[in-house]
This record gives sequence, structure tokens and C-alpha cells, in this order.
Amino acid sequence: MSALLEKPLPSKPWQPKPKNLIPEILGALFTALSTFLIVGFSPLKGTLGFTVVLIIMAVLTASVVSGLRRDRKAAWNSTTTVLVYVAAAFVVVPLISLLYEIIRKGVGGFSLGIFTKDMSLSASDSPLSEGGLLHAVVGTVYLVLLASLVSTPIGILAALYIVEVKGKFAGLVRFFVQAMSGIPSIVAGLFIYAIWMINLGNSYNAVAGAMALAILMIPTVARTSEEVLKLIPTDLREAGLALGATQWRTVAMIVIPAARSGLVTAIILGIARIAGETAPLLLTIGGADALNLNPFSGNNSALPYYVWKNYGLGNELSIQRAWLGVFVLMIVVFIFFSLARYFGATKDRKGK
Amino acid sequence: MSNTSEKIESKGVTNQGAKAQTSSLASVAARRPQEGKSEKMAGTGLEAKNVHAWFGSKHVLEDISMEFPRGTVTALIGPSGCGKSTFIRTLNRMHEFIPTAALAGEVLLDGKDVYQPGVDVTKIRLQVGMVFQKPNPFPSMTIKENVLSGLKLAQIKINNADELLESCLVRSGLWDEVKDRLNEYGGALSGGQQQRLCIARSLAVNPQVLLMDEPCSALDPGSTLRIEGTIAELSKSISIVIVTHNMQQAARVSDYTGFFLSDGGPGRLIEVGSTSDIFSNPKEKRTEDYVSGRFG
Amino acid sequence: MVYNGFEVFRSEGLKFLTGFDWIDALPDEGLPASYGIGAMLYGTLVIGLLAVIFGVPVAVGTALFLSYYAPEWLKKPMVLIIDVMAAIPSVVFGLWGYFILMPHAEYWAKLIHKYLGFIPIFDMPANAFSRSPFIAGLVLAIMIIPIVTSISREVFAQTPLDRIQAAYALGATKWAMIKAVVFPYGSGGVIGGAMLGLGRALGETVAVYTVLNLVYDIRIEILLSAGGSVASMIVNKFGEADAVELKALMAAGFVLFLVTLFVNFLANIIINRTARKG
Repeated sequence: MSALLEKPLPSKPWQPKPKNLIPEILGALFTALSTFLIVGFSPLKGTLGFTVVLIIMAVLTASVVSGLRRDRKAAWNSTTTVLVYVAAAFVVVPLISLLYEIIRKGVGGFSLGIFTKDMSLSASDSPLSEGGLLHAVVGTVYLVLLASLVSTPIGILAALYIVEVKGKFAGLVRFFVQAMSGIPSIVAGLFIYAIWMINLGNSYNAVAGAMALAILMIPTVARTSEEVLKLIPTDLREAGLALGATQWRTVAMIVIPAARSGLVTAIILGIARIAGETAPLLLTIGGADALNLNPFSGNNSALPYYVWKNYGLGNELSIQRAWLGVFVLMIVVFIFFSLARYFGATKDRKGK
Repeated sequence: MSNTSEKIESKGVTNQGAKAQTSSLASVAARRPQEGKSEKMAGTGLEAKNVHAWFGSKHVLEDISMEFPRGTVTALIGPSGCGKSTFIRTLNRMHEFIPTAALAGEVLLDGKDVYQPGVDVTKIRLQVGMVFQKPNPFPSMTIKENVLSGLKLAQIKINNADELLESCLVRSGLWDEVKDRLNEYGGALSGGQQQRLCIARSLAVNPQVLLMDEPCSALDPGSTLRIEGTIAELSKSISIVIVTHNMQQAARVSDYTGFFLSDGGPGRLIEVGSTSDIFSNPKEKRTEDYVSGRFG
Repeated sequence: MVYNGFEVFRSEGLKFLTGFDWIDALPDEGLPASYGIGAMLYGTLVIGLLAVIFGVPVAVGTALFLSYYAPEWLKKPMVLIIDVMAAIPSVVFGLWGYFILMPHAEYWAKLIHKYLGFIPIFDMPANAFSRSPFIAGLVLAIMIIPIVTSISREVFAQTPLDRIQAAYALGATKWAMIKAVVFPYGSGGVIGGAMLGLGRALGETVAVYTVLNLVYDIRIEILLSAGGSVASMIVNKFGEADAVELKALMAAGFVLFLVTLFVNFLANIIINRTARKG
């Protein structure tokens, strides 16, 4: 080895250093300036005008500069790079706006009191300190519980059938699960309405709503469970069978415990999906104002329904209530969502 | 031998009792016609100067300096994992695609450092082409489109596309087999044919140097020999750097050979010289051990 | 189990077989009992198409951004944002769309009408810009972006690395590489994803209801405050429907079901087929 007195330092010469970015910075400044000028002196105004001009100028500047410095293919590359960044911005902006507005408009009516009262004694246009959404929260809880009770066994059993049993109908079941996952929520509501109410002559109640939600929840649970079960290595199953266990015992005592956190994730994802569903509820649960602790009879309410109803009433205070409902609903969904991610991550850390 | 700046300590290892393998390799190397093409052209072409490479904080290449004079074939040999593939990827700036990659040193193409800021990296890659271990023609393109794909990607317009197509396929030794089915899809060929298609594809953009990363290791012996023949032909007009595990192959095709070794740390260039010297009269004991099959 | 349900629903629908005969452009009237969902079907397709036109390019662009352009530190937060978007209930989008997006969208619609009004679809017989199919299309586009982005991203992630390297080794720029390798490989998956998005948009109820004014007429002026979708019509009429009308609504729901089933079915086939082809 030649006698190098110091070891050379690793560097990344392909990453542009600040002084090499001067053309880019100048280009950005030019874009901003020209946008302001154009917007100022032409009829294009407002956020739309500004955005459109900005995008056009950015694309033009980037491609012309690249084209002059290098060649045509570099110009195209710069054009598409700018457009791709723009697309990403278009996605982020509405969501941030959404979250911001929900918090802004919902927080106003928020107080712990809303969780202890319902709307049976207050009119919708009474001030926000009267009445609450207890009935809606309880309704949502009922719906979620009942729907889960039905969906979890059916969904997981379907997944087990597809992955473990691999019977003759496995393809058919898979097909139905996929078909089910595309059902519009209102069709699910109509379906339950048709069967439950018309055929069986019941009136609005929470159970009906739960059935409709179950139709939507089953495919989510089934598909996620299927993915989870497929991830369990076959060695585990073979080990169980080699010990002399029957297939069902292997599944029950080895596979399911191994997949437990993933299955929990599947259930929670299903819940997150249906907690905010509105359309099927509009047809099945009747939208009460009073707290109804009986899920089997009588109108009941739920958070999405609460929002819907207040929105429909149209006066200023009820709109505020609607936003409040949205705010609470988002919190609920967010909690479930985080739970699902937490359990999903635990699974990754623990096992394969 | 041209004055390559290799970092060796001349200990004057005597060649005591050359092993059968060494001597057979040497005789193979000696059989290669030395057409005296390299000596006068040193100075232009590709050169690596004090190249180091890292992945994150792991130092994987230490102080590699080599010249690749015009019109020569240089083989890089050495055991698996000592950085040969990493090294050639520093030559055409493919090394930087790995997020944790870092570098030191210079790679000079016609005297200019390819890593200088402001260099158009796509132009470098047009001049320093690469053929990969696993043949990778574009399956969504026909044979004709594959060969010309480099031009399309670089948006280079030419007038004589068909001539270029034929000449590239002739040079890579594939023309006779595919001239009647140029509009078939690239995936329908055998492994050896696909690799020759990839060679033709690289040739279409008229590179100065062609880097080959174990191009025959996924192919059968028949295809391997065909491609070695192609390499010999190509070396008349372009420089070739070929990484190979197959010492017989290195002896067969190359003018110069560089021996890489890593003893658990970064890979180093132990010895570089003309192929016949490396195989029959290596200066380093480690080189001799490797080429006589004592390890690796 | 699962297939049981479908049998029952089918028999329900068959009872209202006559409903299918009524799928023509008759407006839905209460007095002479004739029902037709033609206008609503048209509306559903229009806003579905708008959602795809607005949403898919943005979604694919975002997927490309995340796969090939975004710096490492940005990837995880953005993926999180997109996942959160997917979980937001539709009623939230409905409210946001009505109160927040619509004023902006109305303004844009006015501009489009002013400068591009000579094109028939942008023409306006009356000055009513609010609650138009245009706005519904925008809201739906935002709702389907998470799905399409996720699927596109997964498809892009599976692009074989050796082809990408081959393109770069030939001196390709990033965009040239994407055009030559990523798009041919991933086109099937992306199309499948777009169709799943379309399926979602066709069946969406609440969000559409809030931002679209129900009018039973077929018009091509998308900026006009008129239109409707099958789903929102069902919700609208359900409250006061009598028995006969109810049957018609059932039939409408069944038609919607078939349409979305078909679209989703096609989408899944495309995705499965291209996943295997690789």
C-alpha cells in the first residue's frame, strides 16, 4: 500500500453541492417572480390563477433550462419531474385542508358534556351547550359490536377455508369475497332493508344496521385475514401435523395463535371501515334523537347518522353540531386506525 | 508492459515449481495474439485513480488505481465478494444508485473526472456501457426495438437505423440467428442469445468502453464460448472490462488482468499486469495462490 | 354462508323485473307511477368518469413520486397521509366538499365557463354553478386517490430491478427509464387500480348527495347544478317512498349493484392477470 497519511473520506460527489444548485435556485426565483408578475397584470386571479400560472411557469423554466444546458431528453425529464411533484402536492393539500377544517369547526362545540346527553330534549337549533351526542356514540358502539360479532367468525372462517382447507369451493369463496368487497354501501343497506324489513316485517333497529355493516365488514376481514394466514410459514403447519394432530387442531392451536395479531388487525381494519359508513344506516336504523339502549327494537342512532341529520336540518347551529359529530367521528376512526397499525407493526416485529 | 500505477511491493517472488494449473493458464494466455494495440494508446480511455467505495460506513474498496487503455480487454478476477462488481459500477456511475453508497477518488474518461459536478451522467453512461450478469432485454420491445432502445432512451435521432441495427447484431454475433425475426419479442430468445442481444443493445449507442459483469455466469458453455469470441472481435474497436470468476475465461480473452482480494476488510487490487504475466509469473504470492487454485 | 345472501337478493330483484324495462330516460314521477333511472344512470357514469379523469393522473403521479422521486424522509409520512385519507368516512368528505371545496370549485367553474364556454360541455343555460357534477367529480376524485395510489405504488415496487438498471446503464434519464420500463410493466396493474377506483366512485352515496343537486334530466353541461347518481337518488327518495316506489328503488339498487360488480370484477381480473405475468 502506498503511504497515504490520511484515509480519504467518503463523499457523494453525485449529490449537488450548494454552489452547483445556483442555476436551480435562480430558476425557482424566476418562476416565482414571473408568476407574481403574470398574475398581477393579467385577468387570471385568485388561488386557481396563481396555482395554474405557477405550475406552467415552473414547467417552462425547468424544461427550458435543462434543454439549453443539456439536451431534449433532459428537458422532458425536468418537465415530468415538476409534474410529478405537483401531483404529490395535489394530494397532500386537500387532506391538510380537510383535517384543518374539521378541527377548526369541530372543536368549537366540543366539551365532555356532549358525551353524557342526547338530543331528545333539545331542538337542533338550540345552543350547543344543550344536548349532546351520547345516543350517537352508543349507537355506533352497538353497531360496531354487533357487526363485528357477525363478521369476525364469517370473515375469518372464509379466510381459513381459502388458505387452510383449500377445498373445492375455495376459488368460489374467494370470488364471492372479492365481489362483496365491491358492493356499494347503499346496496348493502337496501339489501338488508329488503330482507329484514320487508320480508321479515321488522322496523328500524340497530341490529338491522349492524347486519348491513356486516356485509361491508366481512370482505375486509376476510381479505386481510387471508393475507395474514398466507404469511404463516408452512413449516409451522407441517410441524403440527407431524406431531400427529389433525388439520383442524393444527389450525386452531398453532396457526391461529401465530396469526393472532394479524387477525386482530384484520378485525380492526374492518371496524375502521364501517365506523364511518352512513348510507346503509339511513335505510335501516331510523335515526333517533333519544338514547336507545335496546339494539333490537326502536330507532337508534349513530355518529354518521347524527352528522347527516344535522346537516340536513340546515340551520346554523345544527351545522355546527354536524361538524362536531364529524370531529368526534374522526377521533374514533383515528383511534381504530392507530390500533390497527400498532397491532400490524407488532406482528412485523415479532414474527416473519 | 505499460506503466500501470499498481500498488505492489516487489518482493521478487520466485516461480518455484509452477503448478499445472498455472502453467496451463499461462499457455492459454500466451496463445492470445498480442496485436500490440495497447501500448501506443495509453493515456486516452478510462482510468481509475485512488478509488475508494463505501456502503454506509462499511469500507468496501480501498485505493484502486487502474488504467484501461483503448482497445484492450481487461479482466478483473478474484474471489466472490471482494468488490469487483462494486468497482466496475463506479466506472459508469451506477454505484450511486444505492442509497448508502459513497466514494472517494477519481474516474477519468479521456482525462476528465466523471464525478465532477456539472457532468451529465447520462452522457457518461452512453460512453461507458454495461452488460449485466443476468441478461435483461426489455420484454415489451421487439428485438429490433431492443437494439435501438438506447437511442430511443437518449432521444438520439439517426438516419440509418437499419444499418446500425445490422452492424450491432453482427458485431455481437447474433445477426445470423435473428435476421429473419427482428420483429419478434426479445423474451423469446435463449439465454445466450439474450445476452448477445444485450451486448448489441449496448453497442448501438457507440460506447468507448464496455463493462461486463460476469456476463457468462448464467449461460451454458456453448454460449459462453460464443460470447468470448464476440469479446475478442469487439476489442478491436472498443475497450472491454470484464469481471469474471472463471480464470480460464480470463486467460482466454483478456490482455490485462487485475486481481482483487479482500481479507474481511475492503477489497484491494493486489496485482495488475498483462494476463500472461499474471498467470505465469505473478509477483505476489497471493496472486499465485489464487491462480493456481489454492483458494478462491 | 357468503353466497346465500346473493341468492336472496337476486330473487328480490327478480320480483321487480319490470323495473328493468323502465331503464329509459323517463324522469322519476310520483303521480303516474312510472320510474326510470336512465337519467340517474347517466349521472352516475358521468361523475364516475370525472372522478377517474381528475383522480387517476394525480394518483399515478403521486405513486411515481413516492416510488422514484421522493427523498427517504418524506416517504413514510406521505404514505401515512394517504392511508389516513383512505380511512376517512365519506360523510366527512361530503361535508368538507360542500362547505370548503365548493366555493373554490364554483369559482373555478365560473372561470372555465368564461374562457372555455364555447365547448358544449362547459356551456351553461343558467347561472347556477353550485352542486354540479363537476364538483361531485372533484370530491370523488379525492376520495379515490388513496386506493389508486396504493395499488400503483405496489405495482411500481415490483418492477424488476434488472430492467431498470439496464435502462440507466444505457444512459437513460429518470423519465426515460419510467417510460421504457415502469409503464410497460405496470400498465395492467395501474389500470386495474383505476377501475377499482371507478367502482368506488360509482357506488358512492353520501358525498355525492351533499355536493350534487338532484335533477332528473340528461344534460351534458357538467358545470351546471344538475345531475344525480343512482346512489344519491335512492337515499333521497327513500324517506318518503311508498311501497311501489320502494320496489323501483330496489330495482335501482340492483342495477347499481350489477354495474359496480361488473367494474370490480373486471378490475380484479386485470390485476390478477398482470400480477402473474410479471
